[in-house]
Amino acid sequence: MSHNLILRIISKFLIPLIILFAFYVQFHGDFGPGGGFQAGVIFSVAFILYTLVFGLDSAEKIITPVVLRILASLGVVIYAGTGVASLLLGANYLDYDVLGKTPVAGQHVGILVIELGVGITVASVMILIFYSFAGRDRD
Amino acid sequence: MNLVLDIVSWIFLCTGGLLGIIGGIGIHRFPDFYSRLHAAGITDTLCAGLILIGLGMQSGLTLASFKLVLIFFMLLFTSPTATHSLSNAALHSGLKPR
Repeated sequence: MSHNLILRIISKFLIPLIILFAFYVQFHGDFGPGGGFQAGVIFSVAFILYTLVFGLDSAEKIITPVVLRILASLGVVIYAGTGVASLLLGANYLDYDVLGKTPVAGQHVGILVIELGVGITVASVMILIFYSFAGRDRD
Repeated sequence: MNLVLDIVSWIFLCTGGLLGIIGGIGIHRFPDFYSRLHAAGITDTLCAGLILIGLGMQSGLTLASFKLVLIFFMLLFTSPTATHSLSNAALHSGLKPR
């Protein structure tokens, strides 16, 4: 695979930056453009680039499909669990006001946790879809 | 001073836009894959760079111009790599340059 030298060097340099940008979009989502969906897609793009350059086998050593399935459902659990937590604290489902000391602080906490759940699910589902498309000709 | 900055930044913006149009014409009119890639790759880097410099002059020393610098470095590395890997893939799949 020596003919991919430039591509490999540049993607080694770019993948951490892509992940950093994904986290920026994730946690900047309540102040500016961004949020869980976009951040999840950008995060998965880093792994898709890695898979394209280094191959599916070495990518599946980093994140196995089993772990991805667990992460995909973990994001849904975080989302729904936030709603259940606000139910247990005596408000409506997904009413963030009771999650913090003041309603505004509670809304900040609530939207961050919700977007974290969305981001985890979107990223792992995107990588899973790419894995299953890329592994079609294996069997 | 402000007027000079405005004029220079618009010169950069217009030159960048012109290069983009030239690149588009080149992609459309050149005969084969490699010369089309040449038109796209050469104009792409300089066109985006000039437009970003012009926009940076418009926005001054703010957070926006720092983000423009980051976009510039991103493009400086990714755009030639994309062109290289396209031509590399074409050469390895057997497309001979004429």
